[in-house]
Amino acid sequence: MARYVIGRVLQFVLTAALASVVVFVLMQVLPGNAAQVALGTSATPEAVAALEAEYGLDRPRIVQYLSWIGGVLTGDFGTSYVTKAPISPVIFNSIQVTLIVVLASMALALAVAVPLGTAAAVLHNRPTGVIISGASQIGIAIPNFLAAIILVMVFSLGLGWFPSSGWQAPIEGFGGFLERLVLPVTALALVQAAILTRYVRSAVLEVMREDFLRTARAKGLPAGRALVRHGLRNAAIPVVTVAGVQLATLLIGAVVIEQVFVLPGMGTELVRAVSNRDLVTVQGIVMVLVVLVLLLNLIVDLLYSVLDPRVRRAA
Amino acid sequence: MTTRRSLDPTLDPTGSAELAGETVEPGAPGAIDPGAVDAAAKPRRRRLNASLVIGLILVGLVVVMALVSYVWTPYNPTEAMPEDRLQGASAAHWFGTDRYGRDTFTWIMFGSRITLLVGIVSVAIAMLIGVPLGIIAGMTNSGLLSGTIMRGNDLLLAFPALLLAIVFSAVYGPGTGPAMVALGIASIPGFARVARSGTLQVMSTEYVMAARAANRGTFAIATTHVLPNIAGMVIVQASVAFALAVLAEAGLSFLGLGTQAPAPSWGRMLQESQQFLGTRPELALWPGLFIAIAVLGFNLLGDGLRDRLDPKLRGRD
Repeated sequence: MARYVIGRVLQFVLTAALASVVVFVLMQVLPGNAAQVALGTSATPEAVAALEAEYGLDRPRIVQYLSWIGGVLTGDFGTSYVTKAPISPVIFNSIQVTLIVVLASMALALAVAVPLGTAAAVLHNRPTGVIISGASQIGIAIPNFLAAIILVMVFSLGLGWFPSSGWQAPIEGFGGFLERLVLPVTALALVQAAILTRYVRSAVLEVMREDFLRTARAKGLPAGRALVRHGLRNAAIPVVTVAGVQLATLLIGAVVIEQVFVLPGMGTELVRAVSNRDLVTVQGIVMVLVVLVLLLNLIVDLLYSVLDPRVRRAA
Repeated sequence: MTTRRSLDPTLDPTGSAELAGETVEPGAPGAIDPGAVDAAAKPRRRRLNASLVIGLILVGLVVVMALVSYVWTPYNPTEAMPEDRLQGASAAHWFGTDRYGRDTFTWIMFGSRITLLVGIVSVAIAMLIGVPLGIIAGMTNSGLLSGTIMRGNDLLLAFPALLLAIVFSAVYGPGTGPAMVALGIASIPGFARVARSGTLQVMSTEYVMAARAANRGTFAIATTHVLPNIAGMVIVQASVAFALAVLAEAGLSFLGLGTQAPAPSWGRMLQESQQFLGTRPELALWPGLFIAIAVLGFNLLGDGLRDRLDPKLRGRD
């Protein structure tokens, strides 16, 4: 087990390091350079040279990379050429908003998907099961930003129950915080719940065909108790994997949702930085998102080995 | 592994049944499935496959709209009729008009072109790079080359499609071109994985061992045995990747970083509709509906094809 964990963590570190090189190189392939991009095409060569010297862009690329990644590792993402402000506070503030939205969405999605998916599996030959399956198939096809727009139409503009946009930190008032969280979280969770419902359904269906479940029934356990005691833990294995991978999807989905609801999260900052051609900020935010994705995959793999002893032995 | 029958495509000219019982990971529990044997023994019944049929209809609708838009649309897409601004549905404007008085139905028709173009190009890029890499990784299993390819795959997986597309738009400027390339690159790992696991299965079959014993070259084995046998799985993956590309492009255009004005795109129509949610909600609902139709269509098509190609899964999902 220890060997497996150490190996998997090493793999995470290595992939993250390679990813940082990819992110850095991607930003360097620009025609011109970051200083030119920040100042626009009309800037004089002197102005560009001055900016380059100011931010150390005249140093060799490898030195620039090492100084950037060294900063990132100590929590310093550098200074934006466009806003002239340090980037770290921007990332630190926005990541909280994004993580709150993403984690709340996943919790809501699981709370909906696990019972629905189980019901769809148990009732797979009855109309209820078929309706749940069909609805989840349609739910997958709805982009989360469309779900967001429809929710705004109905619950904000139509019924006036929730504000259509904005953000309030929990310390400024918990009621206002929750009120503004409901629609974005629901929009993200709806589509996610549809995807997870399908996985829960097929995982439970798979488990229901297992011999050990038949044995449990044969020994006199009622179907429901047999499923809860023997089935669900086994069904949880593929679901945990998918939920982890879907957290990464949610993270990227949040980028779009934040735009709809004007939330000050990583997505809003990323899109603003892209529009301002603020490449250093883009680089920092993308790096954080990529590391989060990798970290989620790491956590899933480790959880997986806890749930399924076969993985540990194979490693 | 009891169900290896006519895996060689030369023995199975229909090329569809060879995957029967073969999509199980080697050593996975349930590799011996009585259902698969039954299905193989009986002549195949052409049962109505609902996913496949509905998927084909929805995809067909989008394709027909795109094709028809080349010969006929109700209006010129750039033709603004200020006196007809923000109208509801009518005989003159089936889906109403936008804030410049442009016909929404015309825009939906034109938008289907971008949707299909992005899907086709990005899937083609991903397939042309991912499938050969996956086959190489599968044929050189556990070698250095295979390890390098699969680690590269893991690295790419760290960049979700939409994120990579946003990065590309930051570097190369927003547009349909960079979006297609970024989405294509982001879809490579899916194809490489499918091709690799398919190749691993084919490589352990007796006819490949026979071909090796007969001294057939690696390239010949790859093209005559591996490729035809994994083609079905690759097509299923293509359908799924297409749906994801459509979603990602819509999201990107919604952010204003994808297809740029004045080209009509569903994602951007949705973005522009946000100002009028209270007054003209249909401006959001129409492009939203068609994005959902395209995604649902390709997802169902993928499900249906998987079902058809793999009888083991039939009736399960």
